Amino acid sequence: MLQVSLLIALILLSIAIAGCMYRVLKGPSMADRITALDTIGVNLIAIIAVLSMMMDTQAYLEVMLLVGILAFLGTVAFAKYIERGVVIEHEDEDRDDRDDSVDR
Amino acid sequence: MKTKTEMIEMIQWIGEPVVSVLVLIGAILSVLSAFGIIRFPDVYLRSHAATKSATLGVLCVLSSAFLFFWIYDHYISARVLLGIVFVFITAPVAGHLNARAAYRTGVPLWKLEKDELKPALKEKGIDREKAKKEPLN
Repeated sequence: MLQVSLLIALILLSIAIAGCMYRVLKGPSMADRITALDTIGVNLIAIIAVLSMMMDTQAYLEVMLLVGILAFLGTVAFAKYIERGVVIEHEDEDRDDRDDSVDR
Repeated sequence: MKTKTEMIEMIQWIGEPVVSVLVLIGAILSVLSAFGIIRFPDVYLRSHAATKSATLGVLCVLSSAFLFFWIYDHYISARVLLGIVFVFITAPVAGHLNARAAYRTGVPLWKLEKDELKPALKEKGIDREKAKKEPLN
């Protein structure tokens, strides 16, 4: 029973990733693609958890953490890139008299 | 009075349907969130589907993995707990940053009736109409 439900969950998660892939390919704006890529990363974590349950091993759990960290960092970097912003914002500097030669 | 092996067998007999149902609930929630990502008309609605239900689905799957390793291997996995906490913290942050970047770069809203953020952003010197025309270099 457990193996059957794990297999069904694996198939359903693969369908979810395929649906997100459609949005990555088609998405009208850049932010659509980033949203879908983030969801693909989150679903990948679930797939790795299901696989490690299926094979009854604990060797894949580090991979789960790594994929989570990489998906989050990639989403933050992409969002900052399309916003044309800086990675760390300094709120105390006034926007008007900011000198361009100072590195932000 | 039951012996220890009988207790362990009983725990496994109870735990197997719990783990199966949690895995299935998580997978079905992930499919629903993918359906929302495909069908919603707007970036902001799509990020609503992607952030909430996908996170809940992954939390269900990871909880079932934690229960699985606890019941069958007698091993309390700190890495799975760390994964649960990490997904729970980072998914809303990523969704918020993404929606903020989408609004500020001028991605159109679906059925816009009143936009109170636009004049507030213009006071800070950020114009989303101008940002829409600038290409990404």
